[in-house]
Amino acid sequence: MRAPAILFFLYWSLSGASAADSCVTCHSAMEEGTKGPATLIKNDVHIAHGLSCADCHGGDRSSDDPTIAMSKAKGFKGKPARTAIPRFCASCHANPDIMRKFAPAERVDQYELYQTSVHGKRLAAGDTNVATCIDCHSVHDIRAVKDGMSPVHPLHVAETCSRCHSDKLKMAPYKIPTNQFEEYRTSVHWEAMTKRGDLSAPSCASCHGNHGAKPPQVESVAAVCGTCHVLFEALYDKSAHKAVFSGGCIVCHSNHAIHQPSTAMLVGPDAVCSECHEAGTAPAQTAAQLAAWIDGLDRALKQSETVLTRAEEYGMEVSEAQVRLIDGRENLVKSRLALHAIDPGEMRKPIDAGMAIAKETLAAGQAALREKDFRRWGLAVSVILIGIAILAIRFLIRRIEARP
Amino acid sequence: MPATDLKNKTLDWLDERTGWRMVRDLADHKVVPIHAGTAWYYFGGITLFLLGIQVITGVLLLLYYRPSVAEAFDSVRFIMTRVQFGWLIRSIHSWSANLLILAAFVHMFSVVFTHAYRRPRELTWLTGIALLGLMLGFGFSGYLLPWNQISYFATKVGTDMAASVPIAGPAAARFLRGGEEVGAATLTRFFAFHVMILPLITLGLVGLHLLLVQKHGMSTPSGVSPSQLAHMKFFPNFFLRELVIWYGVLAVLGTLAAIFPWELGLKADPFASAPAGIRPEWYFLAQFYTLKLIPSHVWFFEGELLGLLGFGLLAAGWVALPFWATGRNGEHRARLVTAVGVFLICYLATFTILGYLK
Repeated sequence: MRAPAILFFLYWSLSGASAADSCVTCHSAMEEGTKGPATLIKNDVHIAHGLSCADCHGGDRSSDDPTIAMSKAKGFKGKPARTAIPRFCASCHANPDIMRKFAPAERVDQYELYQTSVHGKRLAAGDTNVATCIDCHSVHDIRAVKDGMSPVHPLHVAETCSRCHSDKLKMAPYKIPTNQFEEYRTSVHWEAMTKRGDLSAPSCASCHGNHGAKPPQVESVAAVCGTCHVLFEALYDKSAHKAVFSGGCIVCHSNHAIHQPSTAMLVGPDAVCSECHEAGTAPAQTAAQLAAWIDGLDRALKQSETVLTRAEEYGMEVSEAQVRLIDGRENLVKSRLALHAIDPGEMRKPIDAGMAIAKETLAAGQAALREKDFRRWGLAVSVILIGIAILAIRFLIRRIEARP
Repeated sequence: MPATDLKNKTLDWLDERTGWRMVRDLADHKVVPIHAGTAWYYFGGITLFLLGIQVITGVLLLLYYRPSVAEAFDSVRFIMTRVQFGWLIRSIHSWSANLLILAAFVHMFSVVFTHAYRRPRELTWLTGIALLGLMLGFGFSGYLLPWNQISYFATKVGTDMAASVPIAGPAAARFLRGGEEVGAATLTRFFAFHVMILPLITLGLVGLHLLLVQKHGMSTPSGVSPSQLAHMKFFPNFFLRELVIWYGVLAVLGTLAAIFPWELGLKADPFASAPAGIRPEWYFLAQFYTLKLIPSHVWFFEGELLGLLGFGLLAAGWVALPFWATGRNGEHRARLVTAVGVFLICYLATFTILGYLK
């Protein structure tokens, strides 16, 4: 009598545990086209937090009868209309009481921000082509932002935006360019993000915002760049260019295709300065002078580095000079930074400091190489003297052993 | 008073007080047998010469070295870059330490293959083995003193191995480190071992070893009576030949120091991750590589522990060589000893090379 009771209890508890979500059970048994959500949710962050289909779509997940499980009486909402998606997600994500239970550190103003964005405004106006939550975050397999597979993980944000913004057909009605992603992929920011794995490097959302996405206005570009490049912005603000260029940084550096800056931007056939300042004019000459200073310091530091590397390869101890060379390179960076004030007097300070270090480290490297030569000569002389001593002893041994 | 009389009177005065003529007479009567293996006798002298170089260069390094975590690395860098010929002194100290251990190994195996450990030279063998152990101790303790990245982590690995020995291991590791981790206390402790404790013990043992060599004379090949062999006088004939070799060793040392000055590396950073491919000095490499090859668990035992126990037993057997090399009936097991010696050389050479390459 006791055994069947135990078996029944086991069956009840096990079957109860596995058949609790009728949505998953039924949708998994459906044809390929319709069972999508049921197969996708295994990777969904909501499921990982203990939520289920019914928590978003309503209905009764405990009933195996579809008419009951998906009845309006049980609160079934079904698939929301595209225009209703942001509000649908916001029913939880804009509610601090709900969010606190699952992700207490998460912001709850995404919906509010979305409504201020170009996407949100157009959606409110009935344009269903614009991005809603699911276009960026995916649907049914929504992953946490920090999940490397998430489409909104820093490494994938640009690609996710490009799915729409690189689509010429989709962007045609809005008359906006579609080459941003293509350009961004040639930039130093993309390189930092993807090649060096620097997740703090900027992608689309860093400048344009994410939920409150809107393009920065021309006058705010410098401010956007300045959120990271603080010192550059401060020096640029002091320069004569500040009053002239409303476009700020992008006038010289472009916006999406921001390439590694070099002195070729100051002087030569590709110089951005020459677009405004004709060759031979005082500003063009100043630009050439600044470029010559930077190139001169760069060359001097590279020369010191080559000599120190050679000395190190010979086993000479030059670590102090190598550490000093790092200070020299820092001055090179500072001089490139000081360039943004377009004030030769300000720029001369790091250039002079850097040149002094380059000279000092070059002297250290050359001294190490001279010392190496001295050691080799010393060795040769010592070995010769030792050889003479050995011959003398051999001679002495012969003389001693020749005695009767 | 004629000069020769003054000289003789001074020497007599000295002899009356020190008995130096007894030492001269001993040296006068000391002879070295001449046979096919005479060349092996030089290795004892080479080891002693390198030990002398270690003492001289070590004392010179002490003039500038500062044994604290904050200053050790910088003081060695100062020696290498600012002190006149400091680079030479440090490089010779480091290179001669390695050559010393190599010479000691060659000396030990020459004793094994010429069977010079036989009665009555058991104590000479034991003091020699103890000296080899001390040289390895010098190597291990001296390695940490520059307080660079490699030496820090190598010491960490080495003391961790000691800690894995059952019962006494953890206490021994704590004693060596002066705490739970390699740190400031370890550096001062290793410094004390390197410049005071080990040298004092070495001084006593070298004295005893030389005394025993003097007492028993040079060993001759088994089955050959010393009276059947020709001899040469130790002073000056053998000594001058030894001097030629010492000069040669000095030339090798100078060449190594000038062309390959001993590296300093990066200052130790206990919070940094261990450098890739970290390994101990070459003379510990065979054991280190063997321990790496042993699976983490062998039957019920921890692999590393089993390896260390194996090395312990092997070392104990090697120390006791003069005793098991002679059978109960007094017969000499020369072939067995030679076979064991060849096996040991093959093992050490192969595993050292493999440990270096892997």
